[in-house]
Amino acid sequence: MANVLDSVKFDADGYMEDANAWTKEIGEAIAKREGIAITARHWVVIDYARNEWKTKGEAPTLRNITKNTDVDTKELYSLFPGGPGKLAAKVAGLKKPTGCI
Amino acid sequence: MKTFLILGAGTGGTMMANRLLRKLNSSEWKIILIDKDEQHYYQPGFLFVPFGYYKPEVVVKSKRKFIPSGIEFVISDIEAIDPANSKVTLTKDKRVINYDHLLIATGTDIHPDEIEGLTGAGWRKNIFDFYTFDGAVALHDFLTKFQGGRVVINIAEMPIKCPVAPLEFAFLADYYFKQRGIRNKVDLIYTTPLPGAFTKPKAASVLGDFLSRKGIHVEPDFAVSTVDAKKNTISSWDGREIEYDLLVSVPTNMGADVIGRAGMGDDLNFIPTNKNTLQSLKWPNVWVIGDATNVPASKAGATVHFESDVLLDNIIRAIRGEELHPGYDGHVSCFIESGFNKGMLIDFSYDVEPLPGMYPLPLIGPMPLLKESWLNHLGKMGFKWMYWNLMLHGLSVPLPTKFSMLGKRP
Repeated sequence: MANVLDSVKFDADGYMEDANAWTKEIGEAIAKREGIAITARHWVVIDYARNEWKTKGEAPTLRNITKNTDVDTKELYSLFPGGPGKLAAKVAGLKKPTGCI
Repeated sequence: MKTFLILGAGTGGTMMANRLLRKLNSSEWKIILIDKDEQHYYQPGFLFVPFGYYKPEVVVKSKRKFIPSGIEFVISDIEAIDPANSKVTLTKDKRVINYDHLLIATGTDIHPDEIEGLTGAGWRKNIFDFYTFDGAVALHDFLTKFQGGRVVINIAEMPIKCPVAPLEFAFLADYYFKQRGIRNKVDLIYTTPLPGAFTKPKAASVLGDFLSRKGIHVEPDFAVSTVDAKKNTISSWDGREIEYDLLVSVPTNMGADVIGRAGMGDDLNFIPTNKNTLQSLKWPNVWVIGDATNVPASKAGATVHFESDVLLDNIIRAIRGEELHPGYDGHVSCFIESGFNKGMLIDFSYDVEPLPGMYPLPLIGPMPLLKESWLNHLGKMGFKWMYWNLMLHGLSVPLPTKFSMLGKRP
């Protein structure tokens, strides 16, 4: 069976080029590629991130996530080890968080 | 008589008050400007105070100097904003002001109490900020006695006012310690919640090794969890622990408390604002400028300047009942002081990242983009004069409002 990610375009760092092309299946496959076994708790974060992107046009910060979902910072780091901001954005098909320069 | 009420007499509020006074018919409109503080601070100058490059007194003047007599200027805290009923209550005498149009220019402030341990025993002893006048002055006192050790710069979380200022602080610290002949006794560590010091592709490729060449260590993806003032350590959520002798913190930035109390803000009390028209997304007679907005442009004086042209035009359109013009394109320019009397310049928008090239004209510039030069340093230093003498009075500054690709190399 062809991998669901085969037809998806990624940038050099592995973030999806087009957030609109994202589906739940693609999200699951990206998570798997990043070594994350996705659970219902992951979906709380991913769904929130997708929703924020739809309304505001950018991925949420850690503060947004922990303030507006029941996932606290500690759990967030256990769900997305290393860098929850980056990893959650990646799985949710959103752009890497960046500064102005 | 109609009332145009402005909350906040910082860069945006002062500039807009001046411009509105010239534009609105004075027999029809009364302009009221509110601020809690008598002093106006030239905030870009805070960066230079810790190193003694600016004396504290050059970055502060009386606000009244910049507010013409046709404006009613009131010093007071704001107790409440009631946008549904177009009404603001001041703390002073509990005065209630009913407005026809409201401009919110209440800016952003640091909130060191958002980080566990930051304001404990080490605060203003060997932990400082340089985003406040008092913090910058206190840090200067500390630095004059500092003989070496580990200097850790930390950005708590994004967004922050003047996102390049922490980088500039690191560059100037490198320069300052070299001037004092103790650079070999100082470790400079730059900790950031972002994936690197430069996160945009062009800047990262052009300036990628800029910090390592200066001997500044970068600790990326560092989301601060706690500061331990007993052990002098700063920790991240992913378990990294860094020792410091001096911690220079850029704490969480938030909009004014009253915005939160009024239910007008997001998680950080920034006001949801149309990023192209600068009208509140919820109330058509509420306008927002500068740091107080949630628009994805840098929180900086240059942003305010470029926003003000579009905002003024849209306020007039709204008063006349005309359609708004979605004219603000996210254009921002800023000088980045890089030490040794050099500086860089970046010029970007919502859609275009900082690119190399020349500004404002191709080939002849005269200022190079994303590249160090003496001329950019002069630009940075000259900006103080321009700020006090042109910008605050709402006079035109020799910079184009609209972002342009002219001179840039994509």
